[in-house]
Amino acid sequence: MPESRKNYLRPLDLKHGRVDMAHGAGGRAMAQLIDELFARHLGNEWLAQGDDGAVLPAPGAGRLVMATDSHVVSPLFFPGGDIGCLAVHGTINDVAVMGAQPLWLSAAFILEEGYPLADLARIVASMATAARQAGVPVVTGDTKVVERGKGDGVFITTTGVGVVPPGRELSGSRVQPGDAILVSGTLGDHGMAIMAGRESLGFESPIVSDTAALHGLIADLLASGADIHALRDPTRGGLATTLNEIARQSGVGMMLQEKALPISPPVAAACEFLGLDPLYVANEGKLVAICAQNDAEKLLTAMRSHPLGRRAAVIGSVHDDPQQFVQMATAFGGKRIVDWLTGDQLPRIC
Amino acid sequence: MCLAIPAQVIELRDGDNAVVDLAGVRKEISLSLVDDVAVGDYVIVHVGYALNKLDPEEAAKTLALFAEIGQLGGEPTS
Amino acid sequence: MKYIDEFRDGDVARKLAAAIASEVNPARRYRFMEFCGGHTHAISRYGIADLLPDNVRMIHGPGCPVCVLPIGRVDQAIALALAHGVIVCAYGDCLRVPASGGLSLLKAKARGGDIRMIYSCADAVALARQNPDKQVVFFAIGFETTTPPTAVAIKQAAALGLSNFSVLCCHVLTPPAIASIMEGADEQLQLDGFVGPAHVSTIIGSRPYEPFATRYRKPVVIAGFEPLDVLQAIRMLIRQANEGRAEVENEFSRAVDRDGNRKAQALMDEVFELRESFEWRGLGTLPYSARRLRAEFAGFDAEHRFALAYRPVADHKGCDCGEILRGIKRPQDCKLFGTVCTPENPIGSCMVSSEGACAAHYTYGRHKNA
Repeated sequence: MPESRKNYLRPLDLKHGRVDMAHGAGGRAMAQLIDELFARHLGNEWLAQGDDGAVLPAPGAGRLVMATDSHVVSPLFFPGGDIGCLAVHGTINDVAVMGAQPLWLSAAFILEEGYPLADLARIVASMATAARQAGVPVVTGDTKVVERGKGDGVFITTTGVGVVPPGRELSGSRVQPGDAILVSGTLGDHGMAIMAGRESLGFESPIVSDTAALHGLIADLLASGADIHALRDPTRGGLATTLNEIARQSGVGMMLQEKALPISPPVAAACEFLGLDPLYVANEGKLVAICAQNDAEKLLTAMRSHPLGRRAAVIGSVHDDPQQFVQMATAFGGKRIVDWLTGDQLPRIC
Repeated sequence: MCLAIPAQVIELRDGDNAVVDLAGVRKEISLSLVDDVAVGDYVIVHVGYALNKLDPEEAAKTLALFAEIGQLGGEPTS
Repeated sequence: MKYIDEFRDGDVARKLAAAIASEVNPARRYRFMEFCGGHTHAISRYGIADLLPDNVRMIHGPGCPVCVLPIGRVDQAIALALAHGVIVCAYGDCLRVPASGGLSLLKAKARGGDIRMIYSCADAVALARQNPDKQVVFFAIGFETTTPPTAVAIKQAAALGLSNFSVLCCHVLTPPAIASIMEGADEQLQLDGFVGPAHVSTIIGSRPYEPFATRYRKPVVIAGFEPLDVLQAIRMLIRQANEGRAEVENEFSRAVDRDGNRKAQALMDEVFELRESFEWRGLGTLPYSARRLRAEFAGFDAEHRFALAYRPVADHKGCDCGEILRGIKRPQDCKLFGTVCTPENPIGSCMVSSEGACAAHYTYGRHKNA
């Protein structure tokens, strides 16, 4: 009889294997999943330690910024990205728009029993690539497994920590009448890539998600010397939601110029088909920046000089308005308000 | 009433179906409600069906009419 | 986008607006009703009212199928999902219409009802094929634009021999609704003309509007869907009013002719017949104003299959949807508007549908209230 090899652990079947309840139980199976799948891709000195928490150096000067995001996007793989890189980009951006340099990420996974390991490996590899390219490592994580039917394949929650230098105050509450409003590029790409990717709607389109880490672009903007009051990434609910939030935070009104909004033709067309308004469609690689009026040109130049800001534009301005309306001068010549989103944007028939 | 948009037929498929294109976005729709549609025609699409063909001559006439209005002038709106 | 962008041109809009300003008679008022919800939406979304002289007013009509859908019909759809365990397929517009018991289709979904939003009725047929062990019902709403597709879907289901597919038919007709507006003894209304629906007209043609022009002596101009079409149609109505004419004119000549789409009409007639009467929200019960499936297709009628009774439900006491739909009141005249009734918490259907007068005004135009 052949001698059984000591400490032999049959490797994970990454081709045909599936997540099962044992993978979340905290025992050997889970350790193996972490080793052969997570750490293999995400590997760094903190994860290699294998402790419950990552020990990180305290910042010198400056203040800590922390942000968290849960990702439940469906489908998990979409044109231009997947839930993995989305999770990394989204949280990096939330930290960066506060004017902070993103330093570390955590990632918590909730996996559904039966989810193919091959797909999970693709997601984690994508996360790892995104983290590496951004220079922001995932230093700690967690994995849980829920029964089949109780999850949508994979949910990911990422938390990010960064440091903002002393004296820098970026906030939606700092916006003033007279300020200029800029966006870093075309609107609605991510949301429409997802929509067009949904099989049930039967579209084929060249639309690709814009998911990207924006901290490099933001660093350039902050270095430009422009007096920036607020930065935000218009994700769920689109540009309209972000601007309404800021208008309320600062107690001001806004006037947008519809002609100035950068929207790519396929996104406009897909919105037409479905009766959706691109102002309310999610973006995952775009910035809204609000700065002092005199610095608009300078900021625009800084944006356009960066690969992620080539189609940046000045789209409007801030003014006094006790009712805090976000308004828009339509390309047609009239005026309308750009209200808060109501419920979910549902494709219209009429 | 009813959200319907003009799109160009770029491919005919089996069973009364066709593919339309609008600025690079393609969708398969049904031609069950219209006859004699050729590739290159524009149709009005509503809930996945072509309702009618768009008449390019009439469209041109309407646009020409709009262009004329510019020539006629008129006092600017106060 | 061809045939879309050219009809949204701001420079042409300015010139059209100037032409309108030069043609109006400053000594009188002009009150035109745009029947179709799509036009209501376009007028609000593009801020067309800003381009019109002060003495021209647009009044929103009832051509929004979600707005005129009575609560009792939504109740039927909800009952199908919650009480009969059926997969209910509906267009996105209907999902948030408030019905009885504080429910809507969306809320019923949260309670476990299997309710699916679809883009096309063909998707409902596909769902029935994919789920042979479940019943699938398509909640069919809409005017004559949306009715022919339903006819095609039913014929398709028949050809496939699908035994688990049926339709809750709430398709309504445009001419009876217009008649009801014109007939109404609403003296406050005082309309000078109608902007006729765009896509309904591609199906039914311009002929059905002719009796209204002759009988009620009101001009009707059928307008395309884009803002330049609407402006031009308003200009044509102003001219007719100034010249004392009452004719049917067609601005949307690129897609509408006098006869309409005969093939689509034949398909509708093959599958549907007219109900003797049907309750409309806001307009009351109108005769021969809605459709049901013919006897040959009765097997696909959800009302038969599930023995659904229709129970009329009155609107909320303070809700002015009825008068708003008939053009007598404006959204801001309703006590509930913007306070209790908002798009987030709609009390009446005019606030739910983005085509509804109240939703359109709230979402795009309420800054003008102040």
